[in-house]
Amino acid sequence: MDTTLRITSAHAGSSFTARIEKISGQKLLACYQCGKCSAGCPMAAHMDVLPNRMIRMAQLGMQQQLLETKAIWMCVSCLTCNSRCPKGIKIAEVIEALRKAALGGGERNDNLKIMELTPEARSVLPPIATISAMRKLTS
Amino acid sequence: MPLMGNENKPMKLAYYPGCTLKNQATNFDVSTVSSMAKLDVEVEELDRWNCCGTVHALDSDNVMNRVAPITNMIRVKEMQAKTEGMAGEFMTSCAMCYNTLKRANIDVQQRADALETINELLYLEKTKYQGDVEVLHLLEYLRDRVGFDNLAKKVTRPLKGLRVACYYGCLLMRPKEVAFDDAENPTIMENLIRALGATPVEFSHKMECCGAYQTVDKPDVIADRTDRIMGSASEERADLVVVSCPLCAFNLDYRQDDAKRLNPDFNNMPVLYFTQLMALAFGCDEAALRFDLQHIDPLPVLKARGLD
Repeated sequence: MDTTLRITSAHAGSSFTARIEKISGQKLLACYQCGKCSAGCPMAAHMDVLPNRMIRMAQLGMQQQLLETKAIWMCVSCLTCNSRCPKGIKIAEVIEALRKAALGGGERNDNLKIMELTPEARSVLPPIATISAMRKLTS
Repeated sequence: MPLMGNENKPMKLAYYPGCTLKNQATNFDVSTVSSMAKLDVEVEELDRWNCCGTVHALDSDNVMNRVAPITNMIRVKEMQAKTEGMAGEFMTSCAMCYNTLKRANIDVQQRADALETINELLYLEKTKYQGDVEVLHLLEYLRDRVGFDNLAKKVTRPLKGLRVACYYGCLLMRPKEVAFDDAENPTIMENLIRALGATPVEFSHKMECCGAYQTVDKPDVIADRTDRIMGSASEERADLVVVSCPLCAFNLDYRQDDAKRLNPDFNNMPVLYFTQLMALAFGCDEAALRFDLQHIDPLPVLKARGLD
């Protein structure tokens, strides 16, 4: 199997990369993969792709693979990564931009099906939980 | 004497409760108001307050998301205009409201164009916002305006021997622009707990996120977070954990059933709001404590310390 990944300037300068940079206001190419974001992430154990790899995939313009991950929906913007990035990249902002890209694809693509929860599950949830989840996981 | 506005008149402070303090977290609301009354601070709930937005929008095109939080700043200006002795500031005890309101406020203070757009969108308001309201968290107010030394003088029932793990979570100290103490290792809550006569307990997970709103449809993920966070407090032989956020409270308290299913060795431990410990130390009764709303009953540990 050919596992060689050819990185060219065409990848790095893809329109997807530029779009994520624009929505997030972050310079993706500043990342040099130290991994501090993933090391401190409280949700990393529940992610299929770690935060530093999300940044790498965004740099390489891997739109489809990245927007299909579960990980982009797992971040809770606790900002531990932002506070520790030696390059000053706001990783949580990048992940929120990835969600915007996934949610803004033209069709409804919400990551929360609140009506599928049992009435009992819904009844115990405080408004602070449901409102914030809907703000961050739906369009 | 910072506790008094002038001769025997209590200080007046505008108060923003937020949605959950008026729903599941009534215990946070009543303990905030009651303990402030004991400190001779008269808190007055803002008229017509609205949702803070709950979460700060992180994308660069975000002016619309600042409208709701900024509307509350206008409500503060309105209340200040008609209330003698009230400053252009307000207090909230909810960490999530604090974070969202504070960040929106900093944002419009730094971006004149965003503030102008928001004022244009709010054209029906008689008051224009000029970025001149100060957002305070209750902990910050207690430390800087009341003073922990003064607060300690109001303690009628010292919480002697009670081992308290202070959990900060994410929203009080991150990002550093909103932090009112050291952003990596704050001690403000520990200092308050000490003023109440209790013993603060250091634990490894005091700044680790509880998983927040993922609790809505991923309780198994929260069970894992709760197991780790409460487990680290348990290892340090804490009697209970105190919080400043109703979402942390829900995850760390209510989701203990899920944590127990995940890890049979999990030890249940009560989770209280820091305001409930203040109300307890100030001698308030059950109406101000509302321990009946806790999922894990705190009375056995309080009884063991002679504080029931």
